[in-house]
Amino acid sequence: MSQSTSTMGNEKVVSSRRKFLKTAATIAGATIGYSWLKSSQVLLHAAEPKNESLPWYGIVIDIQKCIGCGNCAKACKNENDVPKEPFFFRTWIEQYTVKNDGSVDIVSPNGGIDGFEQRVPTEDIFKSFFVPKMCNHCSKSPCTQVCPVGATYESPEGVVLIDEKYCIGCRYCVQACPYGCRFIHPVKKVANKCTLCYHRLKKGLAPACMEVCPTGARMYGNLRDKNSEIVKFLKEHTTQVLRPHLNTGSKLYYNALSSEVR
Amino acid sequence: MKFYVPPQIPRLALAFGLFITLFLVLRHFLVPDTFGKYGHYRAASLIDNTLPEIHYAGQQACFVCHQDIEDKKAQDVHSDIHCETCHGPGEKHVVNSKVEKILKPTGREFCGSCHALNAAKLKSAIFQIDLYKHNIGKNCIECHNPHQPWEMKK
Amino acid sequence: MEPHYQHLYDILAHSQGYIFPNEIDLQWGILIVVYPFITGLVAGAFILASLERVFKVKILKPTYQIALLTALSFLLVATMPLISHLSQPQRAYEIMITPHSSSAMAIFGFVYLWYLMVVLLLEIWFDYRHSMVVWANEKSGIMRWVYKILTLGVNDISPRTVKWDRKLGYIITVVGIPSAFILHGYVGFIFGSIKANPWWSTPLMPIIFLFSAMVSGISLVLLVYMIISYFRKQIIDLNVLDSIGKYLFFVLILDFTLEGLDQIQRIYEAGESFEILKLLVSSKLYLTLFVSQGLIGTIIPLVTLAFLQFYKHQIKVRKTMYFIIGILVLIGVYSMRWNVVIGGQLFSKSFAGFTSFKVGLIGLDGTLMAIFWLILPIGILAFLLWLLPPWKMVKEED
Repeated sequence: MSQSTSTMGNEKVVSSRRKFLKTAATIAGATIGYSWLKSSQVLLHAAEPKNESLPWYGIVIDIQKCIGCGNCAKACKNENDVPKEPFFFRTWIEQYTVKNDGSVDIVSPNGGIDGFEQRVPTEDIFKSFFVPKMCNHCSKSPCTQVCPVGATYESPEGVVLIDEKYCIGCRYCVQACPYGCRFIHPVKKVANKCTLCYHRLKKGLAPACMEVCPTGARMYGNLRDKNSEIVKFLKEHTTQVLRPHLNTGSKLYYNALSSEVR
Repeated sequence: MKFYVPPQIPRLALAFGLFITLFLVLRHFLVPDTFGKYGHYRAASLIDNTLPEIHYAGQQACFVCHQDIEDKKAQDVHSDIHCETCHGPGEKHVVNSKVEKILKPTGREFCGSCHALNAAKLKSAIFQIDLYKHNIGKNCIECHNPHQPWEMKK
Repeated sequence: MEPHYQHLYDILAHSQGYIFPNEIDLQWGILIVVYPFITGLVAGAFILASLERVFKVKILKPTYQIALLTALSFLLVATMPLISHLSQPQRAYEIMITPHSSSAMAIFGFVYLWYLMVVLLLEIWFDYRHSMVVWANEKSGIMRWVYKILTLGVNDISPRTVKWDRKLGYIITVVGIPSAFILHGYVGFIFGSIKANPWWSTPLMPIIFLFSAMVSGISLVLLVYMIISYFRKQIIDLNVLDSIGKYLFFVLILDFTLEGLDQIQRIYEAGESFEILKLLVSSKLYLTLFVSQGLIGTIIPLVTLAFLQFYKHQIKVRKTMYFIIGILVLIGVYSMRWNVVIGGQLFSKSFAGFTSFKVGLIGLDGTLMAIFWLILPIGILAFLLWLLPPWKMVKEED
C-alpha cells in the first residue's frame, strides 16, 4: 500500500488491506487446492463424463447367455480387418472348465473363432462356462495413462481409441493393459484394440460382435441414460468387472462372473 | 563495487536460451493442428476412427429387400438372431447384390457351432443336440428350415 | 509387405498353460533389456564421480574425469535402444513435443534431457573449459577451432574466472547427485508403475534399479580405469582399486539386501500372482536369476570383495580379482535387467501360463543391434578420451 492511500483514513486502509489479504489468501489457497486436486486427477486419470449431449458407453456381457459359438470374434476380425492369424484379437472367447479335483482348465483355441470342443469328460466337470473378452473401455484406463504421446485416449463417449497416425509403437500400452486386450498390428505397426466399432456406433449401428451374437450375450448402451436397457440390466443383476482391485474404472460389466476368471 | 558476473554465465544462458527457443519453434510447427482440443490427443483422430468402412450392414439393411425372411423369422425361435450371424458380412451385398453374394452355410458342423452339446452352455441359453446321436448322416436343413427351425420339412 | 508369422506359430507351440491370445508375441525384447542397463551405467558412473567431488575423496581423483566421460558416452547412446525398438521410430520426436504428463515414458524424455544438458555436459564443460582454452591456443588447424567452439568462446582463463568454473561445477555436481538418482530411479518407475504386471509393480522397483545402477556404474568405471591404464602403459594404482572396491562392496550389500527384502515381502504376502511368479523363477528364470544374477553377479563378487577387505594378497592377484569382479557384477546386473524386462513378460496376465522368448540375431530388435548399442558407447568413450584427455588437463592447485 502506498503512502497516498493512507490519507483516505487509516481505518479504511486497514480494512481494505485486511480484505485484500483475505482475498489473496483465499485465491492462493484455492489455487493451491485446485491445482493439487487437478494434478492428482491427472495422475489418477479420473475421467468425468463432461459433454452431457453425448452418450457414455458401457458394456454388459452375460456369461450365462454365451454359448461359445465364436461369431463375435469372427465378425470382429472381418469388420476391423484384423489379420486372421491366431495372435491378434480385439475380442475372443475363453472356456473355463473347473474340474472336480479343483483344477481349472482354460482354453481359447484361435480365440474361439472355430468354436469349442469339450475337452474334459462331463463326469469330471464341476462347472464350465464361456467368458468373452474384449476391451473394457476403462474410465481410469491404465493404457491411455501410460501412452507417452497421447496416441490413445478416451473419446468423449467413453470409448478408448487409438490414433494410428500418431502412435509411435512403443508398446507401453500393451504392457499396461491388465486384460491383454491390446496388440501391435503386424501390418500397420501400431497398437490396435477394440474400438467398440466406433465407426459403426457413429452410423447408428451396433458393434459387429453384438450384431452377430445369436443369444444377445453382449449389450452396449448409454450409462448416462438411466432408462437405457443397460442401466436397467445393471440395476437388476449382480455384475462384476474384471480385476476390480486394479481400479481401472472398467466399463465392461460381467453378469454371473465366476471367481476363477482373470 | 560492481557486481561480478563470471563470463561463463551469460554465454551459457545464451546457449540454453537458443536451444530452448529452437525447441519451442520446432514444437510450434510440429504439434498437429487439432491436438489438445478435447484432451491430450489429436481431436482429428476421432474422425479418423469413424472412417473405416463397415462390413456388416445390420439386419435392417437386409430387410429392405428380404421382407419375406423377416416375416418368416419373426414367427420362430431364431427371430432374435440377426441375418449376418449366419450369412456373414453383407455390406458388399447390400451395395451390389448382383455381384456380391452372401454366405449360405449348411452342414451339421455349422449348426453345431451353436447347437452342439457342451458343458459350458446353459440349457436355458440354447437348445443343444448331441451331434453323435441325433439323425446321423443327415444335414440339419433337410428337416429344419433355418429361418423357422420348428417348421419341420416333410 | 507380408509379415512373417512362422515364429509366432513356433512360440505358440512352446507356450505353456493358458495365455491371452494377444500375449504370444513378447512386446519388449533385448533392446529394452539393454536400455535400463546402459542408463544404469550412466547413473552409477556419475554417482561415483560425484562422490569424489562432493565428499572430496582424494584417492579417487584419477577416476573422476574417466567416470564423467564414461557416463557421457553411455548417456549419448541411452535412448537409442528405445528409439530403435519403436515400430514407428520416425515418430519418436512426438515424445518431446506432446509429452503426456501422466506417462512415465514421456517424462523420461525430459529427465534425460535435464540430466544430459544441465548436469553432465555442464559439469564436464566447467571441468574442461580451462584446459580447452589452453589446448585451443596450442593446437592449429581444425582442432584449434574444435576446441574454440567447445569453449563457447569463453576464453577468459584469469584465476578469478577459473575459480568460478570450479564453483559452478561444484554446484552442478551437487544438483547432479539427486538428478542421477532420479534418472535411474525413474527408469525403475517406468516398470514399477505398471500395475497390470505384478512382477514389475512394486514400490521398491525404482530403488532397486537405482542401487543396481550404482553397482554396475562403479564396476564399469573400475574396468575402464584398469583398461585405460593398461593401454597408456601406466601403473594401476591399487589404492584406487581398493577404494572403488570398498564402495562397490557396500553398495552391492545394499543392493542385495533391497532385492532380497522385496522378494521376501512378495513371498510372504503371496498375493494372487504368487503361484505363477513362483513357477516363473523356478523354471524360466532359474538360470538368469539364481545362477547369473544371484550367484555370479552378487554372491561371488560379494564374498570376494569381503575377502579382499581383510586379506592382502599379492598386488597382481588383487588386480586380477578386481577385474574379474567388475566383469561378474556387470553380467549380474545385465541379468537383473533381463529378469525384470523379459521375466515380466513371460508369464501371462491371466496368471495361468507362460509364453516363450527366443532372441533373434538380426533385425532391428535382434542381438546384433543390442550388441551394437553396447559397443558404440565404448567407441564414443575412446573418442572423448582422445578429444578431452584427462591426463593432459591443466593442473590446478586446490
